[in-house]
Amino acid sequence: MSNPVDSAPRVSPMRAAVRKQSLAVGVATGLYGISFGALSVAAGLSLWQTVALSALMFTGGSQFAYVGVVGAGGSGPAAFAAATMLGARNGVYGLQLASMLRPRGWRRPIAAHLTLDESTAVSVAQQEPDHQRLGFWVTGTAVFCCWNLMTIAGAVLGDRLGDPSRYGLDAMAAAAFLALLWPRLTRREPQAVAVGSVVVAIIFLPTVPAGVPVLLAALVALAVAALNRHRPAEPIGGATPVDPGADLEEQRP
Amino acid sequence: MSAWGWVLLACAAAYLLKLLGYLVPDHLLDHPAVVRVSGLLPVALLAALVAVQTVGGPGGAIVVDARVAGLAVAVVALVLRAPFLVVITLAAVTAAALRALGWAA
Repeated sequence: MSNPVDSAPRVSPMRAAVRKQSLAVGVATGLYGISFGALSVAAGLSLWQTVALSALMFTGGSQFAYVGVVGAGGSGPAAFAAATMLGARNGVYGLQLASMLRPRGWRRPIAAHLTLDESTAVSVAQQEPDHQRLGFWVTGTAVFCCWNLMTIAGAVLGDRLGDPSRYGLDAMAAAAFLALLWPRLTRREPQAVAVGSVVVAIIFLPTVPAGVPVLLAALVALAVAALNRHRPAEPIGGATPVDPGADLEEQRP
Repeated sequence: MSAWGWVLLACAAAYLLKLLGYLVPDHLLDHPAVVRVSGLLPVALLAALVAVQTVGGPGGAIVVDARVAGLAVAVVALVLRAPFLVVITLAAVTAAALRALGWAA
């Protein structure tokens, strides 16, 4: 490891795989900015208010909730409440990312802004701290750029560009989350957590405000951790990964 | 308060929620109980996101549409150890094709 060649910037196949995942997730999600821009202007928000929501709020679920309430004739406070409720899960993501990435100084407020479903998902799916960091920053930045550009496009052009779900991008997002989860499902404990979380999320989906089912699923992890607290903890990332770059990792020096 | 006022206030609240987790001191993050939970939390969050993204509809409705077929194809691809990009592309193509053919919403 003290070999000077190792300290030079290297393009490991594993890092390339992480970057590829990050960009794919970032672009697939960012394209939905078109839907948001079009919907927001149709709901009666101005172009600049629409742009401000994507740049400053920057958490898709909350943004859709905000313009949804306004579009339905709801008041400012009601829109505020709906958006904030949906954003609560980002607090849990922040906690998780803080313990994994430990951002310092100026990186911390920026990391907070880039904290959302996709950047968290790609980051937590990685095994090594270096890859977790790379996944978070590349995904967060890719979503930010794409989402904001597409918001403007959607706000200006309306829905002339077509619904992204026509291209299956909604199914692509679901598959991406699953592919990120997959390598962790090799052992009994995470399998139980995954099944429990899916059941909890689906049971509560119709009865609680959007965004809350994911928070309730986090309680499943808390419960399983409490039940198994006397067993030794496992390293973050699980045991044998089956993700695309995993086989490449063994070839690394 | 004006429309702009509520927009900016909601943006501020969203940011503060995101920032909250980052302000927890390190010694709490290093606590064994927190370490154990943070090993399982990603699994719970990802699994819930899969569920919500696959069957979540407007207003909390559960909607079974082309996304489910896309996800099923993704599962097969994952079992066959297909690479990430192949898995998500197959899911998108499946859903898009079913919608284009009018076989699923």
